[in-house]
Amino acid sequence: MKAGSNLEKVINSGQFAVTGELGPPKSADISALREHGETMRNYVDAFNITDNQTAIVRTSSIGVAGALLQMGLEPVVQMTVRDRNRIALQGDLLGAVAMGVKNVLCLSGDHQMFGNEAAAKGVYDIDSMQLLKAFKDIRDEGKFIGGDDLEAPLSVYLGAVANPFADPFEYRVDRLEKKIAAGASFIQTQCIFDLDRFKRWMELVRERGLHKKVAILGGVTPIKSLGAARYMKNFVSGITIPDELIDRLKGAEKKKEEGLKIAIETIQQLKEIEGVAGVHVMAIAWEEVVPDIVERAGLYPRPKLS
Amino acid sequence: MITAERKPLDEIFEMLKPYRRIAVLGCGTCVTVCMAGGQKEAEELAAAISIQRKKEKQEVSVEAFTIERQCEFEMIDQVAERLKGFDAVLSLACGVGVQTLVEHMPELIVLPGLNTKSMGYPLEQGVWVERCLGCGDCVLHLTQGICPITRCAKSLLNGPCGGSADGKCEIGKDVDCAWHLIHDRLEKLGRLKVMEEIQPPKDWSSSHHGGPRTIVREDVRLESGK
Ligand code: SF4
Ligand code: SF4
Repeated sequence: MKAGSNLEKVINSGQFAVTGELGPPKSADISALREHGETMRNYVDAFNITDNQTAIVRTSSIGVAGALLQMGLEPVVQMTVRDRNRIALQGDLLGAVAMGVKNVLCLSGDHQMFGNEAAAKGVYDIDSMQLLKAFKDIRDEGKFIGGDDLEAPLSVYLGAVANPFADPFEYRVDRLEKKIAAGASFIQTQCIFDLDRFKRWMELVRERGLHKKVAILGGVTPIKSLGAARYMKNFVSGITIPDELIDRLKGAEKKKEEGLKIAIETIQQLKEIEGVAGVHVMAIAWEEVVPDIVERAGLYPRPKLS
Repeated sequence: MITAERKPLDEIFEMLKPYRRIAVLGCGTCVTVCMAGGQKEAEELAAAISIQRKKEKQEVSVEAFTIERQCEFEMIDQVAERLKGFDAVLSLACGVGVQTLVEHMPELIVLPGLNTKSMGYPLEQGVWVERCLGCGDCVLHLTQGICPITRCAKSLLNGPCGGSADGKCEIGKDVDCAWHLIHDRLEKLGRLKVMEEIQPPKDWSSSHHGGPRTIVREDVRLESGK
């Protein structure tokens, strides 16, 4: 056990894990986010809190994590290397853990040009691999990047992301292996719409036995409308949506219900794939459907472990 | 070479407003090659300034001339006397040339006519690409000659991020993903193993982040220990 978080316990118990996601608002009023947290309470094992997602200024992920902890919900704090150098990132890890955070997800972050501060200086002092390794060394060796010693040990459960839909395809498995070596205990993938490609990636993952070294949670996003699907296909970096899926939505009378069905079917298929340890449900701006998805996918009730 | 682009005319006209006798000083090296600040561009700009002043019914006298390099004191000396006769010098050198002029002749008012862009080379006629950020600790041996610091939009050292698609960078379909290029090159050379190793955080103190850098070579200094 690395940090004894609920997420870690569920994963270690071998049960199919479910994480959700909360996107902080562009204000310090997080009442809607709290409501969404309440809606999903008991339906997910932990909540990812995005870090100025798509480079748009929002309430900080650590700040929101503090609010969730007060509500008795478990956060997964996302940390990108876009906006903070190694001094700030390491300091924020200490701050987050001091506040009670047990899960941290390390990622690169979308380039600042995508957001509402396109004139910002991108930091990228270290990359996501180095961040993961740095946090692992802080935990396991008691050392900061610069070599200085921590004054007291800390525990944290570390995760990373993987995008089987990015290129070069074969490299994506090498990269997963590298992230495991760097310290990832769990992996959340980019939203899966192209199941065939995901299955091919998982085959390569199993060939190398990587699924036994890390818990892979498949990313699932329910599509709310045809417009949303087209937008993601064309404008969101790192996401691929097959044409058949667009056609299926086009042909459907009730688009929202069809979007839900697709998400539920995806989860059911993911459950069947050897080596998939859970799902990460990202229903940003459609949080209220998460309980329905989790229930209909046969993942409710969630395990109660203490 | 250093690449640069001329500033927008309106910005140049605005900064020249207070001055009547203006020298447009071209530079004969990099900025001549990238067609931003050579003799030809200096003459064109001088003509544009004259026309604009005429339109505004403002007096002006503009001369355009060029030296081989504005980043060397000896070459500035060749035109030092002539430059003293102007209210302002619009330098068409890179930012280094502008500053060398000012350091060598502090009595001059020197204004930048160009926006200095990068260290790069002409890929084809009319296209100049950036290739080096002068990080002070070159890693091209690891990546077999493709710079991830400069060419990856996030200066990543451990392979392509999740935004890499079809060989292109997430910032735009007209930008190659540096790490895709590196991956393919390493694969061809049978050196993909390099990408499996975790590259440690870079020591940026050798780059500009360590403050402005000065190279001192005692072995070639004329008066050492000055
Ligand atoms: S590694 Fe540094 S010195 Fe080498 S090409 Fe890139 S920026 Fe320039
Ligand atoms: S897509 Fe490629 S070049 Fe662009 S930021 Fe990611 S790794 Fe760097």
